[in-house]
Amino acid sequence: MSNVYHIVVCAGIVPDPLQTLEPITTPTGPALKNEMMLPAVLDPWSGHALYEATNLAAHFPGSKVWLVSAAPKAKLQQVMMNVAQKASFELIPIDVPANGFADAHSVAKILGEAIQTIAGLDRSRLLLFGGWESASRGAGVTMQLVGERLGIRDQFQGVDQLTVQNDGSLEILERIEGGRHLVSTCQGPPALLGWATGNLPEPKNNPQVGMANMRAIMPALQKAKPASLFQNVRYVSVTPPKQQRQTRVVKDRSVDEIAAELAEWIVQS
Amino acid sequence: MSASAPTSSTAVERQQMSVDIAGVGFGPAMGGFLTTLSRKLLNDDGTPRFESAVSPGLPLQVICYERADGLGFGVSGAVTRARGIRASFPGIDLSQIPMAVPVSREKLVYLLDPIGSSRRSLVFRAKDRLIRGFGSIVGLRDHAVELPFTPKFMRKDDGMIFSLGQFNQWVSEQVTSSGAVQLWPGMPVSEPLIEHDAVCGLRLIDQGLSVDGAPAEGFMPGMDVRASLTVVADGPVGAVGRKIDSTFGLPEGHEHREWALGMKMVVELREDSGLEPGTVLHTIGFPEPEIFGFLYVHPERLASVGIFIPSWFQNPVRTAYRYLQHFMLHPYLWRHLRGGTLRSWGAKSLQESGRYGEPFLAGDGYARIGEGSGSTNILANSGVDEAWTTGVQLAEAVIELLETKRPFTRENLEQTYVRRRRESWVDKESRAAADARNGFQHGVIAGLIGTALAGFTGGAVALGPRSKATAASSLKKSYSSRIAPAELKRLQEECAAQGIALHDRIMDRCGWPQIPFDGKLLISHQDVLLMGGSVQAPPGYANHVIFVRPELCRECESKLCVEMCSGQAITRGDDGVPAFDREKCVYCGACLWNCNSREGNVDFRAGAGGLHSTLN
Repeated sequence: MSNVYHIVVCAGIVPDPLQTLEPITTPTGPALKNEMMLPAVLDPWSGHALYEATNLAAHFPGSKVWLVSAAPKAKLQQVMMNVAQKASFELIPIDVPANGFADAHSVAKILGEAIQTIAGLDRSRLLLFGGWESASRGAGVTMQLVGERLGIRDQFQGVDQLTVQNDGSLEILERIEGGRHLVSTCQGPPALLGWATGNLPEPKNNPQVGMANMRAIMPALQKAKPASLFQNVRYVSVTPPKQQRQTRVVKDRSVDEIAAELAEWIVQS
Repeated sequence: MSASAPTSSTAVERQQMSVDIAGVGFGPAMGGFLTTLSRKLLNDDGTPRFESAVSPGLPLQVICYERADGLGFGVSGAVTRARGIRASFPGIDLSQIPMAVPVSREKLVYLLDPIGSSRRSLVFRAKDRLIRGFGSIVGLRDHAVELPFTPKFMRKDDGMIFSLGQFNQWVSEQVTSSGAVQLWPGMPVSEPLIEHDAVCGLRLIDQGLSVDGAPAEGFMPGMDVRASLTVVADGPVGAVGRKIDSTFGLPEGHEHREWALGMKMVVELREDSGLEPGTVLHTIGFPEPEIFGFLYVHPERLASVGIFIPSWFQNPVRTAYRYLQHFMLHPYLWRHLRGGTLRSWGAKSLQESGRYGEPFLAGDGYARIGEGSGSTNILANSGVDEAWTTGVQLAEAVIELLETKRPFTRENLEQTYVRRRRESWVDKESRAAADARNGFQHGVIAGLIGTALAGFTGGAVALGPRSKATAASSLKKSYSSRIAPAELKRLQEECAAQGIALHDRIMDRCGWPQIPFDGKLLISHQDVLLMGGSVQAPPGYANHVIFVRPELCRECESKLCVEMCSGQAITRGDDGVPAFDREKCVYCGACLWNCNSREGNVDFRAGAGGLHSTLN
């Protein structure tokens, strides 16, 4: 079988990571205050997965990339204006309310259902990509749950590198402690890869890529199916990522000096 | 930083794309243009109404590029009568836009100086003494007097308080959901394409450059986007508008002379702040007589509070950030703001020349809309609604030309767009406001009297003719009565050695108290870049602030560009030439009009990044 991949990237959107996040309680559960008003970005972890996916597809003609995202439609549309300039993909949007603390099982359910309805998707060629973690509220298990729902047994998390071998098998490097990687090989698709940072830089904005993408993205967004989260889930407590800032811009210092100052700051904090 | 960084005009092979209409800059003007245009591009059954001339068989290709990383990253005080905006959305309650609320209460407040450090003239001091002497009669409270009425020409009757960021975001959702036009944020436009005295499109910014402009890894020359009509809405400091100005000149007697830097914060108020949504406060008198202030109250305990530092404030030490903090700490405002939390911060330059700053509104292949087209009303201090309306007028003109199959020539655009504008309330009120600020070149008292005269007479009377521009006065002259020349020189040398701006040391020396940082609302200038605006600069772009002739910078004593830089991105560099750090630039453009050099020694180019806040 030729190496043609059908790559589905599960990608959430999150508030711009430098924004101040504040949890609130709403009638439908916990949420982030004014989340719809905050600028949103593609979750950086998912972004790495998307860039790896499009890079892989570019090396294997005939391959295709879908981006499946569950988010408020209007917010997703804003994020797509940026992301669509960077990589070619077909968007599968799922319209869900803004929610700062979506339950991983709920998200996995709607993502899995959406993937199963993708027209033309060949499950024997499926590589399911996503972020290993999330920049704001990841439980760290969503991708695993999506994979289980789709019956994908070969799952890899914390992935930094995927290499297609000459025989079509996949060599995958997963992060382990100590800055090392666990090297695994699987025969090929279907497989699930939860990406760490990968090795690729963020692609440049390319207007032509954007225009080509948007011709399909806008109609897809207009037809986005609504879905609901929070099915029989009771939250005991939630905590947004804490940010403690102490800013001082200093340049031209050595790595050792910076490391020493950081260590001292951490000890004092 | 290199003084000789190559421009994007450097000969390289570029990709090329053709569209029918290309726009640059997404603000209220482009919002008005695209809102109006997109509704007319489709028939009732959803089929395209106009066929593309460059891509036969496809609908009209309309594309707009925005420099900032998001479409809601604009900055404005944004209280507006919203006449044009309402006309575009009949039957829609604009209060549904996040942070929007109708104006319910408006006050003009004179703030006295509770510290005694303000640079007040003898006339001002005498007036203040008089007010304090008759305090109980004039209603003096918390070192402030609420004027018994707000002049009609200032009032925003039936108006709206907006967050410009939220408004732009909302408009962009409406516009793009039609699918008729495309908006691309994060894509700066470096310059217009000009051939045979006609504008024929836009050149996008080069990517994959080192900071000094040299091609680096992943070099990607900016694409040339050719268009039959180029819509220029990139504001008062946009690279495209300024290039068109420098190429075609300005109409006789017009110049970009008066500017202001607006700086604001969005504050989450404490629960018992005493401020009701819809409240609008305009202030004069503090922190300096020339500095105007505002406070607008949004729903959900949010308030926009800010100041304007005008170019006629001829003080070489005119830092906006510290002045903003002293403004907020004025007892009249602090009683409301105390206990608040910073939610957002931002700054922008405002083109304050009004009608005298109007460029040629149309030429072969292009049209100008919005603030960069001189639409801001300098009497009413209103720009958003005017900008929006100019966009609407251009869209109506474009539809008329498309329907009659006439090309986008200067003549046709003047007969359609410029004619609409000249016949509208925007132009009528602009004419009335034209000379309203003439007096400010002679001092703030004369300026206020001139504004009142023009305002109450509908522009029939103004205080004197428009005089020549005056440069900021020297440090020595400004502070001779307060700081001995030898001490001033020592302060200058110390700041130069440390590479920092002079304003803090001068203000300390003049008796301005230190800001009592609380980590929530009163924070350092460096912290506000992260906590208030999340200022970012993506890699792979060249520096966009260039000091063209270093020798002129070395000769410059005051280095206003350093003093006025909103993000402390420009600092005193080695060898007397300012250093620029693009990672801190919020793209306010203050350096552009705060260069002391007669010919302007700052080349302010298109740049990527900047503020990441949608609340401003």
